[in-house]
Amino acid sequence: MSNNGNGRTNGSPRIGVYICHCGINIAAKVDVERVTRFAETLPGVVVSKEYKFMCSDPGQELIQKDIREHDLNRIVVASCSPLMHEETFRKATANAGLNPFYFQMANIREHVSWVTKDKDLGTEKAKALVAGAVRRVSLHQALEKKRVDVHPDVLIVGGGIAGIHAALTIANSGRKVLLVEREPTIGGHMAMFDKTFPTLDCAACILTPKMSQVKDHPNITLWSYSEVTKVDGFAGNFTIQVTRKPRYVNEDECVGCMLCIDSCVYKQARVDDEFNQGLSKRKPIYIPFPQATPPVVVIDPETCMQLSKGKCKQLCAEACEKHAIDFNQKEEVIEVQAGAIILATGFKTFNPMRIPEYGYGRYLNVYTSLEVERLVNASGPTGGEVVLRDGSKPKSIAIIHCVGSRDHKTNKYCSRVCCMYSLKLAHLMKERSNAEVYNFYIDMRTPGKGYEEFYDKLLEEGTHFIRGRVAEVTDWALTDAEEGKMIVRVEDTLVGMPRRIPVDMVILSVGLEAQPDADDVRRLFGVSCSKQGWFTERHPKLAPVSTATDGVFLAGACQGPKDIPDTVAQAGAAAAEALAMIDKGFVELEPNTAFIDEEVCSGCKSCIPMCPYTAIKRDDEKKVAVINEALCKGCGTCVATCPSGAAQQNLFLDEQIYEEIEGVLNYV
Amino acid sequence: MTYLYYPGCSLKGTGKAYDESLLAVMKKLGVEQQEIDDWNCCGATAYMAVDQDRAYALASRNLALAEAQGRPNGKPVEVLTPCNACYLVLLKAQKRLEEDALGKRKLAGALESAGLNYEGKVSVRHPLDIFVNELGLDALKEKTVNPLNGLKVACYYGCQIVRPYSTFDDQYDPVAMDQVLEAMGAETLKWPLKTRCCGGSMTGTIPEVGMRLSFIILKEAKKRGADVIATACPLCQFNLECYQNEMREEFGEAVDIPVVYFSQLMGKAMGLSDRELGMQRLFVPFAVPAASK
Amino acid sequence: MSDAAAFEPRIVAFFCNWCTYTAADLTGVSRMAYEPNVRVIRVMCSGRIDPEFILAALREGADGVLIGGCHPGDCHYIEGNYKMLRRYRLLLKYLRAMGVDERRVRLEWIAASEGDKVQRVVNELTWTIRELGPLALPVMPQPEGAGASEESALAEANA
Repeated sequence: MSNNGNGRTNGSPRIGVYICHCGINIAAKVDVERVTRFAETLPGVVVSKEYKFMCSDPGQELIQKDIREHDLNRIVVASCSPLMHEETFRKATANAGLNPFYFQMANIREHVSWVTKDKDLGTEKAKALVAGAVRRVSLHQALEKKRVDVHPDVLIVGGGIAGIHAALTIANSGRKVLLVEREPTIGGHMAMFDKTFPTLDCAACILTPKMSQVKDHPNITLWSYSEVTKVDGFAGNFTIQVTRKPRYVNEDECVGCMLCIDSCVYKQARVDDEFNQGLSKRKPIYIPFPQATPPVVVIDPETCMQLSKGKCKQLCAEACEKHAIDFNQKEEVIEVQAGAIILATGFKTFNPMRIPEYGYGRYLNVYTSLEVERLVNASGPTGGEVVLRDGSKPKSIAIIHCVGSRDHKTNKYCSRVCCMYSLKLAHLMKERSNAEVYNFYIDMRTPGKGYEEFYDKLLEEGTHFIRGRVAEVTDWALTDAEEGKMIVRVEDTLVGMPRRIPVDMVILSVGLEAQPDADDVRRLFGVSCSKQGWFTERHPKLAPVSTATDGVFLAGACQGPKDIPDTVAQAGAAAAEALAMIDKGFVELEPNTAFIDEEVCSGCKSCIPMCPYTAIKRDDEKKVAVINEALCKGCGTCVATCPSGAAQQNLFLDEQIYEEIEGVLNYV
Repeated sequence: MTYLYYPGCSLKGTGKAYDESLLAVMKKLGVEQQEIDDWNCCGATAYMAVDQDRAYALASRNLALAEAQGRPNGKPVEVLTPCNACYLVLLKAQKRLEEDALGKRKLAGALESAGLNYEGKVSVRHPLDIFVNELGLDALKEKTVNPLNGLKVACYYGCQIVRPYSTFDDQYDPVAMDQVLEAMGAETLKWPLKTRCCGGSMTGTIPEVGMRLSFIILKEAKKRGADVIATACPLCQFNLECYQNEMREEFGEAVDIPVVYFSQLMGKAMGLSDRELGMQRLFVPFAVPAASK
Repeated sequence: MSDAAAFEPRIVAFFCNWCTYTAADLTGVSRMAYEPNVRVIRVMCSGRIDPEFILAALREGADGVLIGGCHPGDCHYIEGNYKMLRRYRLLLKYLRAMGVDERRVRLEWIAASEGDKVQRVVNELTWTIRELGPLALPVMPQPEGAGASEESALAEANA
């Protein structure tokens, strides 16, 4: 098995050790010079050097030069985390003709200099880790990465603007895309908006053409009202199970004429319309909004007479000339293959009931910003007219910023979009209702192209800005002028006094939160998420759309609050990353699979039930265990289980780990 | 279940009517109680501001006493604490004993010097919590002989019962007192000032600030048509009731309205006498209107 | 036994690549300082951690061992962390019988986002072991003394 790629590794190890300063990132808390001199004394070490930035070109060249000049056959670099630069140094090693797996890294930045206060103690810890790496690398063996072909299709989860943009980008390159959306239509939050900041483009005008492109694109398969329920496999070869919920309407037959909706036995719409945020009603058979994509009706089984009670005249089915309505439709589970996955599952808005002092749910005329988006929308429940729930028209409006953002009781983070959309709503409300508009803000955050200019414009329009976090929205009046109004109580921090502003309408600028099931979704796809539920990118700066799981990429607000321009940019980036992987045609797998030493194996079968991938079988003729390398993912559980030491794991051989243990403990 | 009763100083002084009416009501309802032997002042908010460690020690002594006196029956010890200030201070002390390792060590030392020890087995309960969640509203309905029909009550909870800890009710819009009095026939007010501060001890120290806070509550209750304000805290009751004349002078607006303890209203509904309920101690006299009988 | 003030425990940690090792990187990136006594050895999965690694570490001079894996249900390899949990339970019994205080060997589930937990757990373990003092493994018992040593260990466990 140990096939020494370069023919120079026979005989005793000749180790080169390289300690990185990382500018002052390491050098501030680790005496690099001392560690370098210490490494020289370790058995097998031929050269030990320090350098400002080992990952730089000159740093890598230093290693390569030494490999040639000193005939080194093992390399140790003590610098940052292997999760950061292991690949970099493996490549450098390979470029000098040495097998890249004759390399080991010691993490003296993330695990030492950045977490240790005392330089002497940091130096000691660094020495221990270097000693462990040196002892370990002596036993390293030459390995080859395995190449696996990549399935050329891409799965995109979530059909908001992020998913739509990524899907179109990939489809336009000639690759096939499966776009899976949980709701009956794609479009996401953006479809609900009236205008977009700062240009005041009509959201529908720029979004709906893209939605129909998705529907018509020959390379895109759109499955709405569907959810991914299982994911197997790995980068390049995922097997995905998608569950398609029954919409009780045959999608291929329905032409979206909506005659069925008119003929429903419910003459009046009685069910809260989700798309309009409950500001209007819909029937049990409905289409979320006129431009819904696919333009197919859906039946809500909870309120449909036939589906909930089993008894109805079924006038809808009668009305459909295409006979598209099918009350017997069942959930369908379909398995598909994909090489890469893009998660674009978006966000949800903060539920302001969690801040009871703002009166949402208690006072009729307190609205969330998303409700107001529908209210001012020409295709919304009031046709764009600003009419309150009690039928009146507001003469004064309060917009409260940072509801569920920058708040230690709810979410500490800034939701990034609320300042700008609050300004947009302030502008629209003033334009449509001519009301006095008061913005209550903590800080105005308008970093973006044309954003500050938009803020400036609002200031000139005569919108009022009051700096201070609102304490309470209430209805107890102190003066006659306040009677019948809602009173916004706030400390105006610029004036330095508490104020009471009576208004007719209150808009809560709710923050963005992760989807409530983000934790289930991340588990499904093997990615991690922050405590707030945002999916974690591989690196916040240098790998912002990749995840810790190869082949799974992120787009849009599922990774953190984002506005539309940033979301589209990130979706493009995710599409490019996925395409780069697919067009390469293959992925290389870390050669850390397990294997069995047949000489030692007693055929006891202890390892077989341990394997989560059923990669181990027993060869009954030879009476030994056999590991199917193609199925093994390299966890090493069987190795730890094997009572005789017959099972071993490449890159993590028992003796390598024992050497590392002894190295970190007995380095002195 | 026998509750250990921690009246606190106020209920033995200005809030005597709360003590009398609560004990009378509980007796009628068959709730057994026994006063903690040798209890001391909880320290209230004042001592906490001066010397935290000593204030906590003072409060913890009551918890330790309760644990020692209540443990022998082998059941968890429940301390019934009617005064809002006492209720909050005991909860605060418990929290410190649970969460702050250093604070706990200090308190253990202080208790030890008095021959006491606290293991954390006490739960502090408010009578409203007991009435709603232990006895249940049906039991209250059963004991109602003179339902408070037609009586419009503004339930005023005060701040300390729900802030910062809301142990048994909604923090912003508590409902326990409303539920109790509605079960006994009264109509309660939907209003936003249920937990707004009455001014607390500020009425004594900076009266122009404190009185204004009380005034806002009285004015709003009156404006919304309340016949009476029901309270659960001796200081709230005192502030709201005793300065009504001064407020009329100060703010030029009459806010005369009776302010009673919720337990007094319960007692009236259960047919107890005015004497038993300490009604004669009120400054603004209150009688359940004949129409409501 | 050495002077308690001068005693600095040596602790070996085995962290899984996907959750706890990544979390420890995050602790670093967040500059959350912690006690410098732990040396981390990376494995792909906590399921790879052979109990013999832990015993080897104690034998080679470690005063404590920390094992870090993904939270239940989060294992990158489906269930390696459960396998580790089983072994850990058995190992503790064995350590008790050996007379090793079980507080010296700690298993923690630490997710990739829990950088603060790495800090807390490492600090707690270091402080605990500082109080416990250096690990003094029992001397290999003489054949006739074997029963006695087992009894005394048992008595200690029952105490």
